[in-house]
Amino acid sequence: MPKLNINGKVRDVQVEAGTPLLWVIREQVGLTGTKYGCGVAQCGACSVHINGEVRRSCSVPVGELKPTDRIVTIEGLSPTSSNPVQKAWAALDVPQCGYCQSGQIMAATALLRKNPNPTDADIDAAMTNICRCGTYQRIRAGVHMAAAHLRSEAKKA
Amino acid sequence: MKKTLRTTNVSRRKFIVGTAAAGGGLALGFKLPFIGSAEAATAAGTEVNAWVVVRPDSTCVVRIARSEMGQGTLTGLAQLVAEELECDWKKVATEHVFPGQNLARKRVWGDMATGGSRGIRGSQDYVRRGGAAARIMLMQAAADQWKVPVGELTVSNGVITHAASKRSTTYGKVAVAAAKLTPPDPKTIKLRDPKDWKIAGRPMKRLDTADKLNGSKVYAIDVKLPGMLNAAVKACPVHRGKLVSYDEAKVANMPGVRRVVKVNDGAVAVVADTWWRAKTALEALPIVWDEGANAEQSSATIAERLKEGLTADDAFADTKIGDALKTIASAPKKVEAVYSTPFLSHATMEPMNCTAKVTLDRVEVWTATQSAEGSLAAACEEAGLPLEKGEVHKLDLGGGFGRRGGTQDYTRQAVAIAKQFPGVPVKLIWSREEDQAHDFYRPISQCKMSAGLDESGKLLGMHIRVSGQSINAWLNPGAIKEGKDTRQLQGMWKEPGDAQFGYSVPSLQIEYAMRNTHVPVGPWRGVNTNQNGVYLECFMEEVARASGKDSLEFRRELMSNHPKHLAVLNAAAEKGDWGKPLPAGVHRGIAQFMGYGSYSAATAEVSVSADGKVKVHRMVLALNCGHAVNPDQIAAQVEGSVVYGLSAALYGEVTVEKGRMVELNFHNYRLLRLAEMPRVETVIVPSYDFWGGVGEPTICVVTPAVLNAIFAATGKPVRSLPLKNVKLV
Repeated sequence: MPKLNINGKVRDVQVEAGTPLLWVIREQVGLTGTKYGCGVAQCGACSVHINGEVRRSCSVPVGELKPTDRIVTIEGLSPTSSNPVQKAWAALDVPQCGYCQSGQIMAATALLRKNPNPTDADIDAAMTNICRCGTYQRIRAGVHMAAAHLRSEAKKA
Repeated sequence: MKKTLRTTNVSRRKFIVGTAAAGGGLALGFKLPFIGSAEAATAAGTEVNAWVVVRPDSTCVVRIARSEMGQGTLTGLAQLVAEELECDWKKVATEHVFPGQNLARKRVWGDMATGGSRGIRGSQDYVRRGGAAARIMLMQAAADQWKVPVGELTVSNGVITHAASKRSTTYGKVAVAAAKLTPPDPKTIKLRDPKDWKIAGRPMKRLDTADKLNGSKVYAIDVKLPGMLNAAVKACPVHRGKLVSYDEAKVANMPGVRRVVKVNDGAVAVVADTWWRAKTALEALPIVWDEGANAEQSSATIAERLKEGLTADDAFADTKIGDALKTIASAPKKVEAVYSTPFLSHATMEPMNCTAKVTLDRVEVWTATQSAEGSLAAACEEAGLPLEKGEVHKLDLGGGFGRRGGTQDYTRQAVAIAKQFPGVPVKLIWSREEDQAHDFYRPISQCKMSAGLDESGKLLGMHIRVSGQSINAWLNPGAIKEGKDTRQLQGMWKEPGDAQFGYSVPSLQIEYAMRNTHVPVGPWRGVNTNQNGVYLECFMEEVARASGKDSLEFRRELMSNHPKHLAVLNAAAEKGDWGKPLPAGVHRGIAQFMGYGSYSAATAEVSVSADGKVKVHRMVLALNCGHAVNPDQIAAQVEGSVVYGLSAALYGEVTVEKGRMVELNFHNYRLLRLAEMPRVETVIVPSYDFWGGVGEPTICVVTPAVLNAIFAATGKPVRSLPLKNVKLV
């Protein structure tokens, strides 16, 4: 049976090896912040971090994961919802229905980890998750706001 | 601290109806599921009236009857109540009410349906009166306590003051006494003039954001109940087809599978311990369908039927001014065009789902619904129980857009499955493919238009014939009187106030020929203003160009009798820099239209590359929705309407082959992504003399403004959608 390291905790999961990580996270582990949207890696609602990279968990079979792979879900991003991306999202009232926002936030945090100073073109390329409510304009502003916050923190340090 | 009464375990969420509820309706308390019972007893608060519960710490809990699906109605309604209540906005919380409770209390919360952009405009009057009545009772309670005339008291931020005696108290301290008073007659209450608003009318932050940022928000798809099973369903891919048989033995031994069950006449479900296992087994299940004669239908046969309707004799004319046909026939200059728009699915991010638990004498559902009372009716009917034996636990929606309205097909299905597992909660989730295959689609239609101009380019007459599927015919046949279904002409009505045609044309004939198909149709954000906005405003552009006049000037000359339409058009033109120079290769288009009691107009700045690719750079949208309750959330709705509209304009179509829908996931039902998002500027021009909608009105001007800009870029009108199928250069 696969062993998975999710949000810093190693767990045994009793599932078939072909089960997508998304459904293991939601149904076996019981963390429902990671969402099902399409099941075919198109929409990104299921985005999580695996070893710091953003991945669409609906298309990652758990059998391909090692116990040493570090999986982080939206619940594991920040214990106090104080990641700069989460703070920017709150400041700009980004979410509407909110269903895609876990995935959007996971995509944005992965982008900023690699590129703390993204241009609009960088954001275009990295933020490919679908939002049906149409929050894209605020997502873009939110990524810029979080990046500015990170830069000012870096200066202070 | 703002705090919403949300819960991470909805199974524990319930009302406790106090004994006094039947008498005065004043002791309905709430159990707060996320805190201990001792805390709950003190924190539950006192119901001052149906809309307002006050806790000892003066937190005011505003009851919300409408559904929140991202459109911000929860925050807007709370603002309206809080405005009249004079409470501290920082101490406002919200709580949903459930339809079983509404029924038990003789619909004290009124209509719970949330569609047609009616959430705020449809309830603003009585929720404001509810807030004001609570304020009056709370102040009277303080006056009684101090034995002073209530007229000597003032109130601000939930603190009541008697200046003469230098005494003050809080809402939290007088709520229990207030709840015992006789409520004032709502009709006698004077509501605050919007120009004096302090909480309403301002860009308050949403009250429901925090748990959307950390994964803790529970949507219907996230519901967990003790002992719950999971179901995956498949209906006959051809609409109205029937289930003949399935071979349960082939999947019975697959991991987690409990049972395969028939779901009424046309669908089958696998029930398993987890949804993934249910879905996996469903895909392996051999199923025999009776697809019926509809399996011979295709996009081509449907298009033929609609085309026939463009010239058939059975159309009815909703507007007939003068003799438009004769006027056009004898006009020196004529313009003629046929337009078409496809079926579209809603594609809410959260697929259809519902959890149901059925026993011999009770049915409960946990569902995302725009029509909580419709869900209750569907659940009870399917369970064979009277309405009093049911309850709907409302969860906020992961997108609605009209899909989760009165039809409640998914709620009905969940109950049909769960009743085969008495006492066991069953969660039904549709796969994305099922969601795309069994929507109530935006209706398909075509439109033939002709116009006659005189030598100077003055418009003499116009004839508009819409041929297409009727939403009412599918969902609400009783609304069609003598075969005249005016709903399909939304936005081109002669009557003022809701969705009025905004031009005065000397001779005008507007007709509809109903041509139905076997494909289910229903409301889709903006409903019939979408395609009618495209038809009218793109054709108007063709006529304007034929007249040789500027697109804006040509429209203005026809709008002097429609000052509100005109004012919004002017606002969009001004803020959208109409007539001002643009970067090389960028072109501008303009459109105006009306729906949901509000007036909308837009300009779009668009370029078309040498290989025909469209890029929308900037859009400016102007909206007069009468009263602007939360300008920032209005802007959010406008931004969202651009995305929903552009997805449809660029890519959206669900086609039909062998009677079934073809585009079943986002690889071939493409949706707009961030990189394609134009800069959107929202111009709100409220005139404060009516209450219009916000969620839907602006979508209808998005596509025509873009298409008119493409026309400006290429010199050719675009007459069919989506753009992905149109060769532009």
